[in-house]
Amino acid sequence: MSPWLPILMAVPVVGAIVVALLPKGSDKLAKQVTLLVSLLVLVLTGVMAAGFKPSGERFQFVAEYDWIPSFGVKFGVGVDGVALVLIALSAVLVPIVVLASWHDADGVKTADGTLITPKRSVKTYFSLLLVLETMMIGVFAATDIFLFYVFFEAMLIPMYFMIGSYGGAQRSYAAVKFLLYSLFGGLLMLVAVIGLYVVAGSKTFMFPELVGAIQDPTMQKWLFGGFFIAFAIKAPLWPVHTWLPDAAAQAPAGAAVLLVGVLDKVGTFGMLRFCLELFPDAAKTFTVPIVVLAVISIIYGAIVAIGQTDMKRLIAYTSISHFGFIVMGVFAMSSVAQSGAALYMVNHGFATGALFLAAGFLIARRGSPFIGDYGGVQKVAPVLAGFFLVAGLAGLSLPGLSSFVSEFMVMIGTYSSQAHGSGALTAAAIVSAVAVILAAVYILWMVQRTLNGPTAEPVKPFKDLNAREVWVLAPLVALIIGFGFFPKPLLDVINPSVQQTLTNVGVPTSTIAEKGTGQ
Amino acid sequence: MTTHYLILSGLLFAIGAMGVLIRRNAIVVFMCVELMLNACNLAFVTFSRQVGNLEGQIIAFFVMVVAAAEVVVGLAIIVTIFRTRRSASVDDANLLKY
Amino acid sequence: MESQIAEIAQHTGGVIGLSWLMIAFPLVGAFVLLVFGRFTNRWGHLLGVAMSLASFAVAVLGFFELIGFGEEERRRAVHLYEFIPGMVDMGLLIDPLSISFALLITGVGSLIHIYSIGYMSHDEHRRRFFAYLNLFVAAMLLLVLADNYVGLFIGWEGVGLASYLLIGFWQFKPSAAVAAKKAFVVNRVGDFGLLVGMFVIWTTFGTLTFQGLGEQITPGTENGTMLAIGLLLLLGACGKSAQLPLQSWLLDAMEGPTPVSALIHAATMVTAGVYLVVRSGAFFFPEGSGAALAVAVVGAATLLAGAIIGCAKDDIKKGLAGSTMSQIGYMMLGAGLGPAGYAFAIGHLITHGFFKADLFLGAGSVMHGMNDEVDMRKYGGLRKFMPVTFATFFIGYLAIIGFPLLSGYFTKDGIIETAVHHQPILGWLAVLGAGITGFYMSRMVFMTFFGQKRWADDAHPHESPSVMTVPLMVLSLGALGLGAYLVLSNRLMLFLAPAVGRPEELPAFHFTSTPGLATLALVAVGAAFAWMRYGRAEVPSVQPRGSFLTTFARRDLYGDALNESLFMRPGQWLTRIAVFFDNRGIDGLVNGLAAGIGGSSGRLRRIQTGFARTYALSILIGAALLTGALLLVGNI
Repeated sequence: MSPWLPILMAVPVVGAIVVALLPKGSDKLAKQVTLLVSLLVLVLTGVMAAGFKPSGERFQFVAEYDWIPSFGVKFGVGVDGVALVLIALSAVLVPIVVLASWHDADGVKTADGTLITPKRSVKTYFSLLLVLETMMIGVFAATDIFLFYVFFEAMLIPMYFMIGSYGGAQRSYAAVKFLLYSLFGGLLMLVAVIGLYVVAGSKTFMFPELVGAIQDPTMQKWLFGGFFIAFAIKAPLWPVHTWLPDAAAQAPAGAAVLLVGVLDKVGTFGMLRFCLELFPDAAKTFTVPIVVLAVISIIYGAIVAIGQTDMKRLIAYTSISHFGFIVMGVFAMSSVAQSGAALYMVNHGFATGALFLAAGFLIARRGSPFIGDYGGVQKVAPVLAGFFLVAGLAGLSLPGLSSFVSEFMVMIGTYSSQAHGSGALTAAAIVSAVAVILAAVYILWMVQRTLNGPTAEPVKPFKDLNAREVWVLAPLVALIIGFGFFPKPLLDVINPSVQQTLTNVGVPTSTIAEKGTGQ
Repeated sequence: MTTHYLILSGLLFAIGAMGVLIRRNAIVVFMCVELMLNACNLAFVTFSRQVGNLEGQIIAFFVMVVAAAEVVVGLAIIVTIFRTRRSASVDDANLLKY
Repeated sequence: MESQIAEIAQHTGGVIGLSWLMIAFPLVGAFVLLVFGRFTNRWGHLLGVAMSLASFAVAVLGFFELIGFGEEERRRAVHLYEFIPGMVDMGLLIDPLSISFALLITGVGSLIHIYSIGYMSHDEHRRRFFAYLNLFVAAMLLLVLADNYVGLFIGWEGVGLASYLLIGFWQFKPSAAVAAKKAFVVNRVGDFGLLVGMFVIWTTFGTLTFQGLGEQITPGTENGTMLAIGLLLLLGACGKSAQLPLQSWLLDAMEGPTPVSALIHAATMVTAGVYLVVRSGAFFFPEGSGAALAVAVVGAATLLAGAIIGCAKDDIKKGLAGSTMSQIGYMMLGAGLGPAGYAFAIGHLITHGFFKADLFLGAGSVMHGMNDEVDMRKYGGLRKFMPVTFATFFIGYLAIIGFPLLSGYFTKDGIIETAVHHQPILGWLAVLGAGITGFYMSRMVFMTFFGQKRWADDAHPHESPSVMTVPLMVLSLGALGLGAYLVLSNRLMLFLAPAVGRPEELPAFHFTSTPGLATLALVAVGAAFAWMRYGRAEVPSVQPRGSFLTTFARRDLYGDALNESLFMRPGQWLTRIAVFFDNRGIDGLVNGLAAGIGGSSGRLRRIQTGFARTYALSILIGAALLTGALLLVGNI
């Protein structure tokens, strides 16, 4: 029993209560408390992560408490390498988002003083943020599938309010769409969770005990379907992706970062852990159709992104493309691709986070998300332009930045995968590599129309980033560049747990070093 | 022979039901509901005699008690509605709709 | 049959052990200049120059340490750190090939840094310019020094980024912003090839290091996989080196400041494709293989295309850009001929680095004195006003047309002779190309420095400051003598042999070979023709309409038009259709479903009329139906 994870989950929720109970009119204090709490979580996560032994047990910092004994439901938490890096990702992103959304609930004004979003309750916003952090840590830490499901659904609530109350003009449409889509998937998953419990008959929801519990191939396929559709909606995978552009475009920039950066990762994380390990035979049966869907996502998301006129929608579509890569990596049944996919989850959080936040700073200055309303920002706000460019380059997976390493590993792992007679996966890798070209088009075209060219009249009064905004983007950019050249610390943590997953799936796990089948 | 009692019960129930459906005056509707209840009571007592145990009669007493309670609440509601709307027609009280 | 290339030895200590400093110095420079921003405005350019010079010093010291080893030990690998565990480590390979490039990059790079101090002195963003230049030098060094394809690729994209930033340095000009984006996107098409090439290499051999490949591949192996890898790598090389069919970005790239054109789009970055082919030559482009033939064909086609484009351009920089394409075509042709051609390809690459940088910087010096005018029809007779620029430009000119005994003469002639020997058709095409070179370069010189003055009254042509002319002089020295030094007695070929192998029979340089004499004759004809049209005759200061052929060349052989109609327009349509499909199709389905449910519930709720008696009736009917059903079933 290790108290680490329960403490990590308790700290933000306690902070949320404190923030909510602060007296009226103490908005500034509320922000400061939130920032402190999120930084505390970051420090605690750092200390915990330092004690993680990549070569040790698969699940570490395990804690189990009885919850609903009559159904064998436990409050069971523990992390493996993939979960650990995703918790670390959440812990890093939350303080950044807090700092970035400092004035989001105060009512956003543009440079010329027009109000974009009205003033709303600051305390509520920040306590929702902290509640969300607890849920995010919980969903990655849960080793009890029922507990995972609870967090999976409960996460929607704070996000629903953050979009629905603090978002842009069409916020309620977007929030309802987001909620209904996710609930639909969640319902299918609930059916599958109950089915799993009943069919396995082992009176437990604990993941480690359920691995290999379902042997019947038909049953595997049905339960796999339930889990997979839920995760595909969450991820989101083509063709169930249309909620994301709406939600991301309407959400305040900070919430969009958490939505795309962390919440959506639950989908791909779930595929990696639950779909693959609980239903290995079904996963292998469905590999090719799923990889096809992933490739469609990659190319389709990129093409549609090129045609967007709204910056935030554009970024959302690039994410659909990137999630296609992650899903492809997860199902490529090769350790290189899977490690790449897990790494991609983290890197995508940093890259897209930076891009959303930089775009958010642009939008806060101009009051319009439309690319055509900008032009020549480089001239008046060079620092902002520089950060925006670096974030964009991370979005197009420029080598030397972190997203390249993961994208490269996913593609090369998929290409070399021996799983399915390899022909289909090889073709998938080649087609997906076309996205390398498309990514350059969508990012650079946006950059050209916003940052370059003659300075547009409404852009002229732009102020460059202030210190707070620099502190928001600088850590992300540092991480993007740092992990671009030194991905080893992350990969060392991820690799053993990916190996374990593949062992459970029954894919021969020659270590990637021994790869090389000769001619 | 209990057939006649049952036929009477059926007739009473049908008259009550028709009254509920046809009449607009809330008081009359209310009386028709009572009529239906009493038709049921008659049927209960009849079956009780036919089967030869007491359960039907016990239920009949229950129904009477419930009917009495219902009269108290129902009349109060009707009086209140009449006071606010100057009408005892059930069709005028149609605010609870789509 | 050629001799094997040498084994790679692990290396620790010494200057070579510290060769990562070569990359680190300019990287630190770029970092400091970008992060500390305007605080470094005052001394930023000096830091940039210092970092580039420091890198050059390390390269020189490394070079001397390397030649201290015996010939068979001149390939030293320096392990840096574990990059992607189990797949590839970051390491440097210091061998004659990479050190030659490192010397060229840091040497010419430093000269161009110095020149830029003067050229960019009036630009308020000079500090950022030097940051990007430093970034470029660091990335280019990583490209040539990496001991594996992934490191090479990181450098490859890094130079692409630096090129993007520098082409778009004056990004407030829409044309510059568009050109920068175009360069990056077209390069990405090539990167697709390189990327997929790496997939195949890794899948087939399980390694991405040059050492690992060297251990696994018997030289001369040829099969479908190897051919595929070769063609994919060639696609990458075409993108970076502006070879057909990915040539279109280079001419637009001239939107960047002239030192950028000199450094990136003439001397170094665009030659990365040649480096890639030569570096992979022993593995995937063995002499006489299909892949090598493809390289040579691409080279020959581009050298003609570039030369033709060069003939019709009135913009001095675009003319030089066409010539760069053409000269890289020569290098590619040489690189497609196996070890016999490698040394000449690399030799031409080095001398070209000098004389083309010389020409570009000379053009920059002219523009600097002419209010940034680039149209040669607005020049004329400038030799009197800019004597130093004229002299250095003229030396560069003689070198590029292959005037006997100057640099270009030796290296280009080497390529032509080897080509005539191995691939006669391509070889004679190269001879023809040399003739065209003689024409367009003479045209450029005559239009700029000879004839009548045609410039506007507000132009006051003047010689550039010495911070600009001294680098010109140094470069023209290289243009004068470097070729003879490298080629005579096969110095470069023997030096490079441990890295790229060498032909069984060392070529001897003939001053009177048939192709050589034919080349000289054609160049003389070309130059004479140019003298008749542009030297003796008056040059109209407005562009004449010209024949069909002239238009063809002016429009870059319709390359842009082709790309536009084949890729851009269909792409735009595809994008529009996809967006429409997403909004109306998929999202329409989703929203339609929601609207359908909402609409039908709107109908259904009408049933709740609020009439108590209606409800009573429905209850009665329901009860009756239920009773009836039970009676029918007969269970009652």
